[in-house]
Amino acid sequence: MTLSEAKEILDATVFVGHEKLEMEVKTAFSADLMSDVLAFAKENSLLLTGLTNPQVVRTADMLDIAAIILVRGKTPPDETVQLARELNIPLLSTKYILFETSGRLHARGIVGCIEKVGVDEGA
Amino acid sequence: MREGLLAALKRLALMRGLSSERLKGEKQLRLRTLTFELPYKQDNQVTQDKKITKTQELVYKLKVKDVMTTDIVTVSPGNTMNELKEILRIRRIAGTPVVENKRLVGVIGIDDLIRCLSEGEMDATVGEKMTRKVEVLYGDEPLAHAVNKFNQYGFGRFPVIERKRGRLIGILTKSDMVTGLLKRLEIAYHTEEFRHNNNNENHVFNNIVMDKTSFHFQYRVNGQDFKVAGESIYKLKQILSQLGFPPPIIRRATIAAYEAEMNIIIYSYGGCISVSADYDHITLEARDTGPGIANIEQAMRQGFSTAPTWVQELGFGAGMGLPNIRKCADTMDIESEVGKGTHIKIVIKNTNGNGK
Repeated sequence: MTLSEAKEILDATVFVGHEKLEMEVKTAFSADLMSDVLAFAKENSLLLTGLTNPQVVRTADMLDIAAIILVRGKTPPDETVQLARELNIPLLSTKYILFETSGRLHARGIVGCIEKVGVDEGA
Repeated sequence: MREGLLAALKRLALMRGLSSERLKGEKQLRLRTLTFELPYKQDNQVTQDKKITKTQELVYKLKVKDVMTTDIVTVSPGNTMNELKEILRIRRIAGTPVVENKRLVGVIGIDDLIRCLSEGEMDATVGEKMTRKVEVLYGDEPLAHAVNKFNQYGFGRFPVIERKRGRLIGILTKSDMVTGLLKRLEIAYHTEEFRHNNNNENHVFNNIVMDKTSFHFQYRVNGQDFKVAGESIYKLKQILSQLGFPPPIIRRATIAAYEAEMNIIIYSYGGCISVSADYDHITLEARDTGPGIANIEQAMRQGFSTAPTWVQELGFGAGMGLPNIRKCADTMDIESEVGKGTHIKIVIKNTNGNGK
């Protein structure tokens, strides 16, 4: 689906990236732990998170994340918006909770960027 | 390229204690000093002053394969001299190795071509006209051997072959040697300069040295300071991509660097990250002064963390850092001394085997 469709499904507000809404996305990763995002998220995925600090954008950039969707109605602080603009990463916000956000996208065809963690990632 | 080379020479000369006044108008001399004085004559000088310079160390440490050109043009014995003419013309080269089944079987050059032209033998094959007895260098030979060979034979280039299977792997020219040495010297110089500056603990700076094929990058990380976290890595990522590393390799390097930086920020009083890269691999080192890690085995376990709450509220310090660095690395060494600090070194191999 396109980012614009995801925006409709989630009734989301766009803070950064109006011009990139036509990008195609297929996968996503949901987490409030940037450590886990760094360990498991894959490129070109959506990042669904309740964290709003600028490091979220930094982390997304490192991993070539397609777009960040903030959940639970979070409004990002200015420095986060600014960094997202600088690094050209779309930043959206939805009122749905993380579970609902993930579920709604999944029901419409978006899948996890990985299904489960591998054996080598176990312990 | 020329500007860069001259600047490097100048800096090197300054390091050797020459004044910049003396440098003016001594281009020729400087070039000579760095090419030929280096390897050849210094063998004798060693016994005289017993002092081994960085350059001498490097001529022995560097291998032919470290500095050779790998992007080479070859012909096969079945090619005609006419075809050879076109190849030499298009690639603007004076000669090329002749290769059959990846093995070097001879060399052929512009002088062979001229002979054939004057005798009307342009339909002859390369195999008939090539020189079969070829002086070669082995990839694993120290550069010092190569220098001796250049002096001995007076050739402009040598084919480089793999010792075991005799496969052609590159060509070494004098300019490859000079460039290779300068590059390493410059990296050594900057490392030294960095160590020197590093005494000033409050000074945050970036330090990048790069050219087309390799680079060195280091920066300081302050403990407990999240504000600029990742900024330098953003730069690192751009450089790696400019150098043409494949995206998966870049990802692994940036993730490892970011995790290492986060560790320095969260747990230490401060430290530095340094990254060097060339064709084959990216080496990343993170060094900090701080409490150190009492039990490395425990720290390497996923989910084990001693991070304070404020860090965890930012989404970090979940005990994924070191395991994630290990996941990104091909090799990882970690040393830590309680009360002193931690040193991590990782290597990521470039799966393409070539940075381009």
